[in-house]
Amino acid sequence: MSILVDGKSGIIVQGFTGKEGTFHARRMIEYGTRVLGGVSPGKGGGLHLGLRVFDTVAEARGETGADVSILFVPPFAAADAIMEAGAAGLRLIVAVTEGIPILDMIRVKAFLSGTESVFLGPNTPGLISPGQAKVGIMPGPIHRPGHIGIISRSGTLTYEAVNQITVAGLGQSTAVGIGGDPITGLSFVDLLEMFRSDPDTEGVVIIGEIGGTAEEEAAAYLRNGYPKPVFAYIAGLTSPQGRRMGHAGAMIERGTGRAEDKIRALAEAGAIVIDRPSEIGATVAERLIPMMGRP
Amino acid sequence: MKLLEHQAKDILAKYGVPIPKGRVVDTSARAAAVAERLGSRVVLKAQIAAGGRGRAGGIKSALGTEDARAKAEGLLGTRLITAQTGPRGLQVRRLLVEEAVEVKAEYYLGVTVDRSRGRITALAAAEGGVEIEEMARTKPEAFHREDIDPFSGIRPYQARRLAFALGLRGDPQTQTAAIFSGLVRALIKNDATLVEINPLVLTGDGRLLALDAKMILDDNALFRHPAFRADKDGDDDPAEAAAAAVGLSYVRKDGDIGCLVNGAGLAMATADLIQTAGGRPADFLDIGGGVTEEAVRAGFEIIASDPGVRAVLVNIFGGIVRCDLVARGIVRAHRESGLRVPFVVRLHGTNADEGKAVLAASGLTFETAETMAEAATKAVALARGGERS
Repeated sequence: MSILVDGKSGIIVQGFTGKEGTFHARRMIEYGTRVLGGVSPGKGGGLHLGLRVFDTVAEARGETGADVSILFVPPFAAADAIMEAGAAGLRLIVAVTEGIPILDMIRVKAFLSGTESVFLGPNTPGLISPGQAKVGIMPGPIHRPGHIGIISRSGTLTYEAVNQITVAGLGQSTAVGIGGDPITGLSFVDLLEMFRSDPDTEGVVIIGEIGGTAEEEAAAYLRNGYPKPVFAYIAGLTSPQGRRMGHAGAMIERGTGRAEDKIRALAEAGAIVIDRPSEIGATVAERLIPMMGRP
Repeated sequence: MKLLEHQAKDILAKYGVPIPKGRVVDTSARAAAVAERLGSRVVLKAQIAAGGRGRAGGIKSALGTEDARAKAEGLLGTRLITAQTGPRGLQVRRLLVEEAVEVKAEYYLGVTVDRSRGRITALAAAEGGVEIEEMARTKPEAFHREDIDPFSGIRPYQARRLAFALGLRGDPQTQTAAIFSGLVRALIKNDATLVEINPLVLTGDGRLLALDAKMILDDNALFRHPAFRADKDGDDDPAEAAAAAVGLSYVRKDGDIGCLVNGAGLAMATADLIQTAGGRPADFLDIGGGVTEEAVRAGFEIIASDPGVRAVLVNIFGGIVRCDLVARGIVRAHRESGLRVPFVVRLHGTNADEGKAVLAASGLTFETAETMAEAATKAVALARGGERS
């Protein structure tokens, strides 16, 4: 099992024929993901990577039966493309795009609240259920099917954590990037809730960073009790106030968003806080391998 | 991007917000001329993109033309260090010279992005002029809030409610409601993430005026507002500007170990690990996903030519970024600039072996590491070990 995507998920790619869309769609297909087609307005009717291209998301969904869309659409057009996917009734929408204006994201959230769609991102590497489906830009081979759920605001730091967990002899049920922007769709709390009821997930790793209060909200949620061990690493203890650290959302502003506060909140809520990013895999393995006796 | 006070006020004035009479100047002679036109008492306000100016001596009141000239002389060209600027401070290039007004009451008006709820929120408080961050922490109930529809903007009843909540009646209430509508329109039209008047004052002669204004624009939306980009006040750290020019995200810190990393989270984590290992990171440098060999070369050179840097740590977890491309950029930085800073390289993921081969064939002296912990430990040892040659 896994959360959000599995081997049965059918994927369409918005921005399919563009450079990024082409590159990553090919790698998702090579991983074994059920990519069913793509959308590039004005290029409908053709074939790309051996798959059908559609002008609209509604058409693509109707013709292929896809339930998930991943977007590689440039920032100026991304909000509209996400809303199109929501209007077309996709179950899950994943926006990899970095650099979408904040007010556009606020409009997207307001729009999607009136639909059934679940939204992941933006500025996310996507998500992967190893061995089943890769809906994102992460390197496939570092992953291994297993029982650790991962939720992260980062890209390469997630790969680092995944790799450590794999090297330590464990694997992942699903690894999810919630995105590095100030305003995101699915949150730590939403995903903790999904991992809670996933029978195949036996522990969850949260990778947070400075900026905003998403980690504090996760801590408040965990305080009410959680049936599985939760591990947390928070990046940015040495980051200065008022400066943006790469991600649009990674900034300590007006005294909120400090790593120390997030670490304290998570520790008080019962999470196992990992101090060194180099010890994520070892800490998880030490705690979980004796409990599981299997990868 | 944070706008200067006078830029924010000029924009807000276009949306019907009343602002004090005044003018922005860049010489003391012009300050004197503006003071002469405005009458006896004026206020000189340093235009820097940071708060906390009053306490740092960046706001002065002057009586008469000569006093205005002297005080302008004392402010222009100095570096102002406030609680928000960092230790370097910011250079005062321009002053806003404004009429001094008699203040009867002060209010706080703001429209901002509520990050955790993903909404636009308008805020009003009957205590303006105070440290608003402090008040948000200690007295959150002092703020009256209205959530704004991001498609249609503020509704008239919401603007009215906020103005009534401030205890205003009659003309000032009607005017304040109109100011709120203007603030919301200014935020939406300009893709701002914060528009704030603190304080809005009621003057002795019954006028409402935005005494101070703050506006932060969304960097991600600047493509829709090219005029702002051109108008950016050029007081950036030159190294940060050079990095931005090649598309790198770089923030200078005060340590002695330079860092070159792909990905923001991994870059922050690497810096934290250096500190845990007993060292001090000199920067945050995220080379990003679509980086070129040339940008890596430029980035390495920017880091290594900082005189405070005694060692460099390269930490790459190759996904989209290929380790061999990064390796070639590093080799070029050394060939083309004759750098002599010791460095340690950790390459993992896409084309890591090719990258290691490129470095090995270069003839450069460096250390390698398999894990980020090993890399951090070695970088700290390198920074302690050698004086730079």
